[in-house]
This record gives sequence, C-alpha cells and structure tokens, in this order.
Amino acid sequence: MDRNHLKRQVDFMKRSLLDQGYLDEQFIQLEELQDDDNPNFVEEIVTLFFNDSARLLQNIEQALVSGPIDFTRLDNYMHQFKGSSSSIGAKRVKNECTRFKEYCTAGNAEGCFRTFVQVKQEHAILRTKLETYFQLARQAGPSGTSGGQVR
Amino acid sequence: MFGKGASSSKSMEIIGSEKKISVLIVDDDPIIRKIHSALLSKFTKEIQEVKNGKEAVDLCRSGASFDIIFIDKEMPIMNGLEATKELRAMGVNSTIVGVTSCDLSSERNDFIAAGQNQCYEKPLTIEKIKSLLSELNKNN
Repeated sequence: MDRNHLKRQVDFMKRSLLDQGYLDEQFIQLEELQDDDNPNFVEEIVTLFFNDSARLLQNIEQALVSGPIDFTRLDNYMHQFKGSSSSIGAKRVKNECTRFKEYCTAGNAEGCFRTFVQVKQEHAILRTKLETYFQLARQAGPSGTSGGQVR
Repeated sequence: MFGKGASSSKSMEIIGSEKKISVLIVDDDPIIRKIHSALLSKFTKEIQEVKNGKEAVDLCRSGASFDIIFIDKEMPIMNGLEATKELRAMGVNSTIVGVTSCDLSSERNDFIAAGQNQCYEKPLTIEKIKSLLSELNKNN
C-alpha cells in the first residue's frame, strides 16, 4: 500500500535525523503532543522557530559586524537562539550555539566569527531537511508522523 | 468525537476529571509558550499565557488566580525571580514552578529563596508535568 510505504519513509527519515544527531529526544516529545486537536503541531512549531530564528540570527550578525563587539549582548542573543533551538530538538544547532557562547565568555572575537558561520550552516541544513521531512509527512497523510513509535 | 482526547482523558485521570486546574504560563519566548501550552492542554483547558513577569503580576493583581504558575527565569522587563517575589509579597498562594534554560543546580537555591515551590529545566515534558501534578495531588 502506497500510504504505508510513505509512512515507513517518514519514519526512516526521522530515524536517520535522530541517528545523525540533527534532532534529539525533544523532537519526539513534540510529536507526542500532536493529536487530533493539533494535527500539524510539530510543523507549526518548527515554522515558528525558523521565522523567529531568522530574526535572531540577523541581530547576532549585526552585533558582530557593527563596531566594537559587545560580548554580553552577543551572549544574550545567542542564549535566546540556543533556547529556541533546544526547544525544537535542533541538536547540532544547539551544540554550535554552546560553542559560540563559550567564545563569547572568553571574549574571543575570532572564535565567535568562525562559530557563527557553523551556526548558520547547521541552521540552514536543518531547515532543508525538515522541509523535506514535513513534505513527506503531509503526503503520507494524517498521523503520517507516528508520534512515539520510533524509539 | 471519535478517538478525540484519548490521550488527554488518560492524563485527566491524574488530576481527577472533576477538578479543574488553572495554569498560567509566563515566558517571553513564543515557541516555548506554544509548546508548554500544548503540553498543559493534555491536563487542563484552563490555560493563560503572558510574556513577562510584569504581565503576570498585573494579571494577578487584577484578581486572576491560578493553581499553578509556570514562570521562566530569563525574561525582559521583569524576570522570573523578581516576579515570584512580587507575587508572594502580594499574597499569591499558587504553586509557582520555575522554568529555566540555565544550569538548574546552581539556580535552585535562588528559586526556592524567591518563593518557588519547584523548578525544572526547559523545556517541560509530559513526564515532568505528570510528576508535578501527582506530587500536588498528594499534598492536597
């Protein structure tokens, strides 16, 4: 059956995103919150995240390139971004944020610049992968993402 | 409706479907508010959200009362610790639960000193809520 095949593909993709460390347990938690009342919950949260994070990343970029670096301000922005990332289970993004914050604490501008490139990269990669994932999930139909079944 | 609420009725059993628990979510991050709201809606329909400590204080001052207040630590205008102190000073007896994205162990003392009953690391999970609610039930 076509539908079952698609569902298996969705599960497989999710499994590999988890195994490769792009996502963590928090993403599964979000899927467990999805139900008949909130059938698109996870996609909504993820969309909210990517809209919100674009703004945060811009703020950080601005703070990095305009004048002498205010490490406290940078750290605060990144703290927000890290919090949002971890709330959707964006593991790799979150890890890069942690590294960035360490450079902030150390007042290491060079390190901040380098790590920021990584942050943006992981963010972009995850965005693409999740777009594909949700497209597939939508094709697989309602409850295409089987919350809690892939362990 | 068929199949609707199958999981939420199970969660409702924990607090007793007769008893309505009202909760207030205080967090400046809209993503966290949405997640925690969805999480808590498995347990209750009486949920309100505000985006910083001052709004929480104003809301309570205007007469609203809640069984549980989930309060983020890091917020602009008025943070979680300050808001907790104000709420307690106002005589608010709700269970106040701190939620933080920082290292919890170092902050636990701050939370308890401010008047919070419990604190958790962000984000909340179904398990954390279940254990919190069953603890509250035991104490009631």
